[in-house]
Amino acid sequence: MMEAFEIFLSASFWVAAIRIASPLIFATMGELVCERAGVLNLGIEGIMVSGAFAGWLAVYLGADLWTGVAVAALTGMAFGLLHAALTVPLGLSQHVVGIGITLLATSLTYFTYRIVLPEVTSPPKIAAFQPLKIPVLSDIPVIGPALFNQTPLTYLAFATVAIVAWVLARTPLGLAIRAAGENPSAVEAQGISVTGIRVGAVMAGSGLMAVGGAFLTMSAFDSFFFEMVNGRGWICIALVVFGSWRPGKALVGAILFAAFDAYQIRLQQIAGDVVPYQVFLMMPYLLSIAALVLVARRATYPRALMIPYRKGER
Amino acid sequence: MRLEAIDAPSTPTTLLYPVGAVLVTFVVASGLVMMAGASPLAVFVLVARGAAGSQFALLETLTRATPLIFTGLAVAVAFRARLWNIGAEAQLYAGAVVTVVLGTGALPLPAPLLLPLIAVSAMLAGALLLLGPALLKTRFGVDEVVTTLLLNFVMILFVSMLLEGVLKDPTGLGWPQSQRVIAEARLPRIIEGKRLHWGFIVAIVSAFIIWVVMKKTALGTEMRAVGHNAEAARFAGIPVGTVIVKTALLSGGLAALAGFSEVSGLKGNLTLDLSPGFGYSGIVVAMLALLNPVGVVFSALFVAAIFVGADAMSRSAQVPSYIADVMVATALLTMVVAVMLTRYRIRRR
Repeated sequence: MMEAFEIFLSASFWVAAIRIASPLIFATMGELVCERAGVLNLGIEGIMVSGAFAGWLAVYLGADLWTGVAVAALTGMAFGLLHAALTVPLGLSQHVVGIGITLLATSLTYFTYRIVLPEVTSPPKIAAFQPLKIPVLSDIPVIGPALFNQTPLTYLAFATVAIVAWVLARTPLGLAIRAAGENPSAVEAQGISVTGIRVGAVMAGSGLMAVGGAFLTMSAFDSFFFEMVNGRGWICIALVVFGSWRPGKALVGAILFAAFDAYQIRLQQIAGDVVPYQVFLMMPYLLSIAALVLVARRATYPRALMIPYRKGER
Repeated sequence: MRLEAIDAPSTPTTLLYPVGAVLVTFVVASGLVMMAGASPLAVFVLVARGAAGSQFALLETLTRATPLIFTGLAVAVAFRARLWNIGAEAQLYAGAVVTVVLGTGALPLPAPLLLPLIAVSAMLAGALLLLGPALLKTRFGVDEVVTTLLLNFVMILFVSMLLEGVLKDPTGLGWPQSQRVIAEARLPRIIEGKRLHWGFIVAIVSAFIIWVVMKKTALGTEMRAVGHNAEAARFAGIPVGTVIVKTALLSGGLAALAGFSEVSGLKGNLTLDLSPGFGYSGIVVAMLALLNPVGVVFSALFVAAIFVGADAMSRSAQVPSYIADVMVATALLTMVVAVMLTRYRIRRR
């Protein structure tokens, strides 16, 4: 029993938790930006798959790591543009289009993988991002290594939260994004195009989702596997709701979730003989559902979420 | 740019646009085939031959369409009432688990009693699995898209646990697979020696029954009313929550029949690869059919033909069989655009 508790005191546990949180932070911020502008992006799961592969492939073909990240982001933005084109000006069902984008992005990724690497049996590796130790700060016990001895992409994830929070709360662009998700006709009355804001937000958000996927292949691991995203995108949608559509709260949610995930992995090693390992693997998904139920009563969705905007129609 | 509603779409446009959607899908696929270094025409001929070029190919397409009809119906019913059931995959496995639990000798009954009993129990399991998300939606306002999606992952882990635990076949040489169901729990083959089984007939009959339910019963009318405008339906005195729960039970039950039919009719046992995403493909099947239950049969045949044809094609041409998944996803997106174009006119101003 003590063993199960001591996990929390080990630095390696918190290092793992922050590492597990990083892709979730990117993708959660991406989904949050889309939803604050009024568009539910269910393409997230597939966009993460495409980003994971595109970033990895660029590096595998000789690009440097940051170019790989940019390629991933651009791939995500391309799918975001497709999603936005169908859901914003055409006003098609965000549920159906989102699922369609996930199916399309995933299948295109697998197809391309087979074209580029027809004969491989084990997935090839790249030289992934390495931890970058920040002097002095990384010497703080427990939180030092957890927060200040991670890969540059993890630092970028935290920076992304700050940037998204700042843009949404403090800039005219952020105001326009929030208004597009709450009261689009007010945006139009200001002479700003709701369509433009929403398309832009979905593209930017999708880019972030793809970078979240790329974290998996370029920082957490060093190769691409089928099904490596494994529902993380759906979990991020739950995290956005859990975080009440606020970047800071969503960040806390992502870290809590990741800590839980890291904990169940370690608990498996202790209690794996008694309880089947699948029970532990189920927990993150069940936890996400529980979190949704917990906040459902007080969840205040952006009022125009999933409502297509047509000029002159109310 | 502005959209203008068309009051009464003419018959030619309602037919023309879906055909256009399929054409666009083939154009996209042609691009990918060329990317793979093959000739689109030759590849499509191979796909068509693989899907319908021989008796074997045709029967294989019908066999593959069977679970897709069930999951397509499950999605069509749910989406009609705007219940976004993306969890047909999990409900399919729930039906498969029940089939194995009851069908491996626990109930020594003759086939005419055992098969209906298993089918109904499987439906109950699938219905109960969707009841959770439906109640969370109606009682707490929890979005069912995320809960049903997440339950897919929970369910496959649950099945994995069963297959390595209580349902493990002791003679399975370590493979995670269940024991085979007894002869009395097998749906008979339609043609002796071929893979096509009675599940296909059950699927067609189900499609017809669902069509009657949707068109001719009060429940069907209520489901459409809730799907069209839940607020207006509530105002008209329709118990929206109850209708959604009933829809969920029906939808979950239909998806579970896919699992029952695959185990009892085709595979004989349960493995972790029982469904290569039939639950997700069901969404495409339902959308291609414009949520019409009879249309589901035809769109399931179309989707099955693409999958079966692409499998056969990829054995001889250097084009990965994932082209089928790309085509199906593209068809879904082009179809929703096509449907919109039959209802709206795009005006520039």
